[in-house]
Amino acid sequence: MNISVVSLELAALSIGFLIIIFGLIFPSFRSSKTGGYLAIIGLLSMLIGSFFLPASNTQTFINAFYVQDDLALFFKQLFILAAIFINAMSLHYLKPYTKNKGDYFALTFFALTGMMVMASAAEFITLYIGLELMTFTFVLLTAYKKQDLKSGEAGLKYILLSAISSGVLLYGLSLLYGLTGKLDFAGISSVFSLGATSPLVVWAIIMLLSGLGFKIALVPFHMWTPDVYEGAPTPITAFLAVGSKAAGFIAFIRVFFHVFSVYTSIFMPLLITLTVLTLLIGNLIALAQTHLKRFLAYSSIAHAGYILLGVIAYSKLGLSAILFYLMLYLFANIGAFAGVTALVINTGHDRIADLTGLWKRSPFLSVIFLISLLSLAGIPPTAGFIGKFYLFTEAIHQGYLWLAALALGMSLVAIYYYLMVLRTLLSGTNEETKSFIIPFSLRLVMIVSAGMTLVIGIWPGPFTDIALRIAQSFL
Amino acid sequence: MHLFLLILIPLIGALFLILIPEKHQSLIKWTSAFFGLFGLALSIHIFFVFDKSALGMQFVESIPWIRSFGINFRLGMDGLSLSMVLLTSIIWFTGILVSWDLQERVKEFFIYMFILVAGVFGVFLSLDFLIMFVFLEIAVIPKFVLIHVWGSGKKEYSAIKYTLYLLTGSAFALIAMMMIYLQTMTLDFTQLATLTFSAPFQKIIFILLLIGFGVIIPLWPLHRWTPDGHSSAPTAISMLLAGVIMKLGGYALIRIGIGLFPIGAAFWAPLIAVIAVVNCIYIAFVAMVQKDLKYVVANSSISHMGYVLMGLAAMNTVSLTGAASQMFAHGIMAALFFALVGLIYQRTHTRMIADFGGLAHQMPRAATLFLMTGLASLGLPGFYNFVSEFLIFVGAFKTFPVLATMAILAVVITAIYVLRVVQQIFFGPRNPRWDNLKDISNVEMIPLIILVVVMLGFGIIPAPMTNLIDQGIDPIVQHEVKGSL
Repeated sequence: MNISVVSLELAALSIGFLIIIFGLIFPSFRSSKTGGYLAIIGLLSMLIGSFFLPASNTQTFINAFYVQDDLALFFKQLFILAAIFINAMSLHYLKPYTKNKGDYFALTFFALTGMMVMASAAEFITLYIGLELMTFTFVLLTAYKKQDLKSGEAGLKYILLSAISSGVLLYGLSLLYGLTGKLDFAGISSVFSLGATSPLVVWAIIMLLSGLGFKIALVPFHMWTPDVYEGAPTPITAFLAVGSKAAGFIAFIRVFFHVFSVYTSIFMPLLITLTVLTLLIGNLIALAQTHLKRFLAYSSIAHAGYILLGVIAYSKLGLSAILFYLMLYLFANIGAFAGVTALVINTGHDRIADLTGLWKRSPFLSVIFLISLLSLAGIPPTAGFIGKFYLFTEAIHQGYLWLAALALGMSLVAIYYYLMVLRTLLSGTNEETKSFIIPFSLRLVMIVSAGMTLVIGIWPGPFTDIALRIAQSFL
Repeated sequence: MHLFLLILIPLIGALFLILIPEKHQSLIKWTSAFFGLFGLALSIHIFFVFDKSALGMQFVESIPWIRSFGINFRLGMDGLSLSMVLLTSIIWFTGILVSWDLQERVKEFFIYMFILVAGVFGVFLSLDFLIMFVFLEIAVIPKFVLIHVWGSGKKEYSAIKYTLYLLTGSAFALIAMMMIYLQTMTLDFTQLATLTFSAPFQKIIFILLLIGFGVIIPLWPLHRWTPDGHSSAPTAISMLLAGVIMKLGGYALIRIGIGLFPIGAAFWAPLIAVIAVVNCIYIAFVAMVQKDLKYVVANSSISHMGYVLMGLAAMNTVSLTGAASQMFAHGIMAALFFALVGLIYQRTHTRMIADFGGLAHQMPRAATLFLMTGLASLGLPGFYNFVSEFLIFVGAFKTFPVLATMAILAVVITAIYVLRVVQQIFFGPRNPRWDNLKDISNVEMIPLIILVVVMLGFGIIPAPMTNLIDQGIDPIVQHEVKGSL
């Protein structure tokens, strides 16, 4: 029993419960922002503490069902960072929607715990529990704007579709258990390496691919994304886009780099097909969007496609490219969604057309959008360029020239639609000329995320080093 | 530290500008001018301390950038980059002075302009393809905002057109870059120069680079962004666009295309020569029929870049020196042209040639300067443009006698459209509408005089500049000769 392995999860759970208990004892606590500040302070100390935690393959818990390796710790830090940002974004955003802010902040901790469990899981049931904990909390958070019809619709849609995808995933797991008699990753992969291939393995792979593909919003399992992203409170959308997706990817990485490593010839064609579909559909449908959040939803679908190039490359550098890309994707998306949050706070809408004349009303917000969207578009000097360069080069290196060319072509389409958004923001004048009021916490989130986007873009060395070190320790 | 400082000056300047409140407009302008002057002084200082007799890169500075890719942040300078850096700092400084009357969102204008200039310096100084690519985009993106916000006319359309054209071009250069990287696992120019690439590989890379950087030059038929982009941009930005940004393409093509892939370059040289002739002659005809003064100047820029392409195609020391000289000469000339057009537009609020007439009465200074610039653009001896065109054609005659002769014809067409414009605007029947027009003031003359002095000075004594450029071109040609053996 090595308690330090689960210390972050325990901390997250206790802070979450603490916020709820405080709310029960002091009713005023529930309606004030204090819970949010408590959450942020707690998360910050967790983040700092996480750098002192030991991480290696031997750091395990309960019969090695739970492991704290470098990869898990990296993802946990990513999740905690995302949680800090979204809690800071929520402080002012929530005011018009609910009186019970306290519960909201507590719930983000449970979602965080679910993600962290997914990052550390070395066994399928643990993975599944983490996934469900995350999903259920997200359903609650998505439907948190109780008076808003769209929010409720999003919550319902999310839980129904999640339920189906969980069912599919569980079916895949039961097949795996039936085939191998084991549920832990190492055990299953050792049975597989003995070479007893059954046609059912293919079926299990398809099931797992669809179940996990749902979480990272791969086409054709992406249908929930635009609706849920649109309906959910904006900070939660950001958490879904960044946290939930990254959690999906860590599961994806563990399952496909580790468990099914013998069956690359089986799952690779499937994965490539899905990637091509994701790249095409994500980017092309994004062209037609009029709502910022739906637009960012399709952009996040497209980004899942780019990141999958790293999985397809199936190499150390490919994995390190994924990790690097997830880092910059976090900062760019948080920047963009913080921008949307500021827009919603000030105008009450989130249509792209509402950005018209923004450069006059808030030059600061315009610059944040500029940096974040350019990073998502992959244009230097922002981090997105280095990330795409890393992913595409590695894909070409492993012989997928055509796939990289497709991704590059689709990036050009992406550049077009990101520029169209930026164009709206720079052009025209709005009848409304009142300048924007951006709360300090939100401003800070934007400055940090845009700043990091630039820092990673201009000085990527240290960050690629980290990504490479972690990838090397995993593979 | 010279080169780092050069890139940092505009960035530090931008940082200072961010800290100055928007309402102190004159403080913002003086700060900008100070940093512009600082940059100019530093590049002149480098010009004097630069050792023109030694071959190769000087002031080389290197720090590891991305260790896992094996890429270093490596800066260095030879005669070619020094001439371009000099050009950039001259146009930067004069561009700030020309923007002195700007009223709208002054602070942001200069911030974006400074970021752009930092990107341009970076492209000219970087010794690594990836770094150069990053700087290239830093130079491209602020322009989108600058045209979009401070431009005139159909600025939204022009801004998006400009950006999409240039980014699509970048995608081609990016593919070439990835292919080179996967082949060699390095993007360092010095290391790449020591390697030899197979002929088919060189051909593929060069055509990708030609498309990628050709959009920036711009070469026909990828030039369509240029007239709109130039015309919609505010004056100082047109100056930078025509004076510097268009040179990024030519510079990168010489440095990477011809410098590292000579066999590929030699293979595609006839194509470049043909396109050069189309650029020179066809676009000159296009310039002839324009009604808008700025469109004339913009098209004349494309036409003049045709000479640069001709110089590139011939690929010998003389012609390449000529091409680089033409980039310098045209940069100064185009900046002067756009500055004058901007000053006239500021007074008359029209750019339609038909609206003018007899302006030489009210604006003798403007008329004189415009005529001088026009004469420079048609290559009159005494201006540096003459020297560079002479070098290009002397060099090009050896390889493409017929095409070079055809390109010379463009000089005649240039004469026609330039003189037509001068005649219709400054001479001809006097239009009473402009009777109370004020001439260019003494203060406004400062940037113009700087540009004229540079243009005439190097025209009369070309040796310092041509020798300087030669220092950079020589190793490239030697490598080319070695590669083709």
